[in-house]
Amino acid sequence: MDLSAINPVLLIASLMVAATPILLAAIGELVVEKSGVLNLGVEGMMIIGAVSGFAIAVETSSPWLGFIASAAAGAVFSLLFVLLTQVAQANQVASGLALTLSGLGLSALLGQNYVGIRPPQMGKLDIPLLSDLPVVGPILFGHDPILYIGIALTAGVWAMLKFTRAGLVLRAVGENHDAAHALGYKVIRIRILAIMFGGACAGLGGAYISLIRVPQWTEGMTAGVGWIALALVVFASWKPWRALLGAYLFGGVTVVQLNLQAAGVAIPVEYLAMSPYVITIVVLVILSADKSSAPAALGRNFHASR
Amino acid sequence: MSVPLLSLQGLTKAYPGVVANDSVSFDIGEGEVHALLGENGAGKSTLVKMIYGLVKPDSGQMLLRGTPYAPPEPRAARGDGIAMVFQHFSLFDALNVAENIALGMENPPAMKDLAARIREVSESYGLPLDPYRTVGDLSAGERQRVEIIRCLLQDPKLLIMDEPTSVLTPQEVEILFQTLQKLRSEGTSILYISHKLEEIRTLCDHATILRLGKNVGECTPAETSAREMAELMVGSTLHTPERAGRELGDVALDISGLSVPAPSAFGTALKNMHLSVRKGEVLGIGGVAGNGQDELLNVLSGETLTEADAVKLNGAPIGQLGPVERRRLGVLAAPEERLGHAAAPDMSLIENAMLTGAVRQGLETNGFLNWGAAKGFAENIIEAFDVRTPGPENAARSLSGGNLQKFVIGREVLQDPDVLVVNQPTWGVDAAAAADIRQSLLDLADKGAAVICISQDLDELMEISDNFAALNEGRLSAPRPAAGLTVDEIGLMLGGAHGMEVAHD
Repeated sequence: MDLSAINPVLLIASLMVAATPILLAAIGELVVEKSGVLNLGVEGMMIIGAVSGFAIAVETSSPWLGFIASAAAGAVFSLLFVLLTQVAQANQVASGLALTLSGLGLSALLGQNYVGIRPPQMGKLDIPLLSDLPVVGPILFGHDPILYIGIALTAGVWAMLKFTRAGLVLRAVGENHDAAHALGYKVIRIRILAIMFGGACAGLGGAYISLIRVPQWTEGMTAGVGWIALALVVFASWKPWRALLGAYLFGGVTVVQLNLQAAGVAIPVEYLAMSPYVITIVVLVILSADKSSAPAALGRNFHASR
Repeated sequence: MSVPLLSLQGLTKAYPGVVANDSVSFDIGEGEVHALLGENGAGKSTLVKMIYGLVKPDSGQMLLRGTPYAPPEPRAARGDGIAMVFQHFSLFDALNVAENIALGMENPPAMKDLAARIREVSESYGLPLDPYRTVGDLSAGERQRVEIIRCLLQDPKLLIMDEPTSVLTPQEVEILFQTLQKLRSEGTSILYISHKLEEIRTLCDHATILRLGKNVGECTPAETSAREMAELMVGSTLHTPERAGRELGDVALDISGLSVPAPSAFGTALKNMHLSVRKGEVLGIGGVAGNGQDELLNVLSGETLTEADAVKLNGAPIGQLGPVERRRLGVLAAPEERLGHAAAPDMSLIENAMLTGAVRQGLETNGFLNWGAAKGFAENIIEAFDVRTPGPENAARSLSGGNLQKFVIGREVLQDPDVLVVNQPTWGVDAAAAADIRQSLLDLADKGAAVICISQDLDELMEISDNFAALNEGRLSAPRPAAGLTVDEIGLMLGGAHGMEVAHD
């Protein structure tokens, strides 16, 4: 066993990369749930984002276009959920599961010709002086731009929910859609926009896996990250910074346990592999012990005549 | 006469199967408190929704100060100075007072300024309110303040109030009326919907009465008796419940020395309670909400178990028997909360009839349910108590509050109980239906049943009770004959005159 092979600086830098897909998907789902909609299709929207981002990046040789395409694809794919739940008033749980299953199938079909290809690389942030600093440089200033977008998105969603009227209306719709309707807010329209935002974020998260984290396309490569993101939103008590904390914790433990495996620690691999899930859940459960703040209308469909 | 503030001309709105409003016309003057009266389902809510822009009229028009007014949505109505205090559904529990108010405004100022204005306005109208408290923690009266202040901040010309006092204590009603009178003196018009006729007589300048969607008359409430208004609403002569002179029989239900700890942090403990009710007697139990009414009902219905001897039916201990066994013995109860306690909201009326009627109506045999019989029973209730619903297959939730109340009370009355306990039997029910419900309780007593009626409506208790007792902080006063009790004496009982305990027999 050789723990000295683990470099703490690289460890922190790589945990941020490992956490970003979860963070992106979780922030999107957080907005969706704050509007009172439970979309269990995160995994499906992620993998659709992963495959379409990958394909566009390969075809155009531009990772940026790939990411834009992944967000667009996620948002468009979420329209299927909109159609089912907001237009046809179908059950949200069943519709979300349908979204995940069809996303997994559709992405496998779309990605057939892209297996085994290397995507174009996205440049890392390189600020003279800052990026060259020891320790701080690689941790804070040496990543790809999307990672920073993820953090900025967290801050943006937090500020939007807390300080803006749009955020207040969004929370109001998720809290009591009948009251919001009575005050003249467009419940369905607001929810559709929230769902599409969630789709775009999940798509970005998926593309982050296929274009940066791995980077290549394999079938089913999101491997449950969407489900982790869903759980994260709940355990983070619908608070953006806690979602970030949870994502980094999960990413961190994942990276650490991989390093420990590589270093040959005498703990069975199965325990190491399950540790990110166990630790993240335990920590977030403890954090969410204060009063639960689930949006009161979460998962309930709205119909104006009732 | 000058141009009225708002003039409604021939407003008509039809829904599939029912004409909610049929060519309704009336005027609301500047600075006038105008009452809109009507039974449940007379079309008051639909009319108000048209004024507030939630529903579009099929035909007819509205004039606001002489110019055509047709708000496409509530936002537009608010922009034109129409504000509305809703009966239900318009506050967000998880948000604080200031956020709730901001949501109802077109261009809210920054939160800090808004909070300051809320403090200022709330105090100048005698409705103090902390802008940073979470609405979920507020009492019903305080919640209503939030709604009123939300309206006042927009300087409304017309304030619509939909049954504002149904959730308030008498003191809170007093405060509300002072606020409304202040508003009137400042020139704000108020459209006041209620079926509490005495309130309308004290407060309103003018009243329009709707029946089955039509305007059937107008009056000046101060010069019209409550009875006349009620008859206009109902369209027929209203009968006051009659009490036949009854002989009281033996003691049917007896509670002695009962103490029960509070069931939850917000509950009330029952303390050393004595109560006995005889066959053929109606015992009225008054008191302000939250003084142990729900706890008492639960003890009587069997939801809360006590020592076996604490509750006796015809001398036999039943304190350890649950609701089903008590039903079998003839002790029935109808709790206050209609949706969720007395009825399962999403189940049909047939299923709800089955739920409490199964034991006494023989609707089940060996665990198998007899749906045909349950349907018959539900139809009986609907027929006998004039429950307005398209049919017994409809969900309990789809009934209006008053109609569901009729169903819930009727369901117990028709099971021929020996002892019936009801809590707030006519809450939210219009005058005619309330009279019917009271009559049915009296008829039941005439047949020899013992009836315990817990209510916050003192007029109701005086009308039907033989004896009256007051609940105060979980203690029950000694019962006194209801006939001849004065308001002062009742007030004293409600305030808790526990120093003057009379020996119980």
